[in-house]
Amino acid sequence: MTTFIATIEHVVKGPVWGCQDCGQCVLHSTGMTCPMTCPKTLRNGPCGGVRENGNCEVKPEMKCVWLKAYDRTQDWPLPATWKAEYNHLRPPVDNRLKGTSSWKNFFTKRDRWTPTGWKNSTDESQGVDH
Amino acid sequence: MSTLEYKLTKTTETVFTAEFHSLDGNGLEKAKKYADRFQGWFDGVNATDNTAAHAHASNVATAIAIKQLGLEPILQIVCRDKNRLAQQADIMGASMFGVENFVALTGDDVTAGDEPEARRVFDTDGPQLVRLMSTIKRGEYMSGRKIDPAPHMFIGAVENPGAPPFEYRVQRVAKKYAAGAKFLQLQICYHQDRLEKFCAGVRDAGLAGKIAIIPSVVLVKGARPLNFMHNSIPGIDVPADQIARVEKATDPAEEAYLQTLEFAQHALAQPGVRGLHITDFRNDETLERLMTDLGRVRQISTSEATTNDVKDDHAYSA
Ligand code: SF4
Repeated sequence: MTTFIATIEHVVKGPVWGCQDCGQCVLHSTGMTCPMTCPKTLRNGPCGGVRENGNCEVKPEMKCVWLKAYDRTQDWPLPATWKAEYNHLRPPVDNRLKGTSSWKNFFTKRDRWTPTGWKNSTDESQGVDH
Repeated sequence: MSTLEYKLTKTTETVFTAEFHSLDGNGLEKAKKYADRFQGWFDGVNATDNTAAHAHASNVATAIAIKQLGLEPILQIVCRDKNRLAQQADIMGASMFGVENFVALTGDDVTAGDEPEARRVFDTDGPQLVRLMSTIKRGEYMSGRKIDPAPHMFIGAVENPGAPPFEYRVQRVAKKYAAGAKFLQLQICYHQDRLEKFCAGVRDAGLAGKIAIIPSVVLVKGARPLNFMHNSIPGIDVPADQIARVEKATDPAEEAYLQTLEFAQHALAQPGVRGLHITDFRNDETLERLMTDLGRVRQISTSEATTNDVKDDHAYSA
């Protein structure tokens, strides 16, 4: 059943969003642009190599994924809660979820798991010197 | 507390940092020559991590060498070559030798280097690496396993004010600040208007005084390296008039110097700017000239000065 859901998800999201099956979908928070299609798989914004014409450092013929994400977040009629998440710090990918269904992981909250050290480092905790 | 941290957090002094040269052969001997040249000018020197996706002596080994040679290292860690375990090992290994300044960057892609067939890692990205550093600084590995005592760390990041999407770059600064970055070394930017907007944006986001901005300048000998940067380094655009200015000058080397000085002075005048990062491709006396023209006085003891004949550098100039 799990594989079945993963297959359906891939069939739907593959062609439309270029889904890479990371199993922890963040499309809603990135202007419906899959960050895993960035050659560096960056999940928190563009690298410093974006070309003058807005194209990718690695694939000069492709528009930088993060320029697309930024434009779409501004221009598309997406829910305000999604847009608000655009600037959130997305955690490193959990590589164990590769190839599993992010729909299932969303409903079981498995995709929200982060390592303890990461979880304890809240944005607020960084203002304080230890 | 490192000198860099002290100056940036406890004083209003302008800081100067520099890019240490990559080491390939004759490591320690070369490191000593380079270090002599930098001695007394800089508050921190970047130990680079496989710059431009070319393999060199490792970032950690270079940082330790810099420290042993009496300069203060800033350990660069990029996300291209190492997964999160290796990044944590770099931090812990360098701390063991008293390295306290760390800077996180995404890194050029493998295709920018001479081994484009290599596997790219990017297990973390720049902002995630900043948070990973903060986690270690708090006394935990990523897993939550305790580190006691936690290493003392001063954490920074890098941003490119000159590459699109321009307004979004400021939002990324806010993200890196929230993740724990206290200083920000900028990539070289030949568009003064972009740097102005970036710095104003950081100020308007309420981050001035919270994250120290350190723009970069590069000392070059003529128009060739300007053309090279423009054509071959993604993310760096050098306007045609800036290239022509050096190309058409009767003394291109002098014009290139004056251009760098001008960019340095302009950068230092921007809001939130606390210092300058210098990359020195020239390997000649213009480093000393630039520092002096910017009002810096070399902090050096006489015994050191005798071994530091900066005029002697042509021997290994690139
Ligand atoms: S330019 Fe954009 S798409 Fe290309 S590697 Fe950098 S962030 Fe990813």
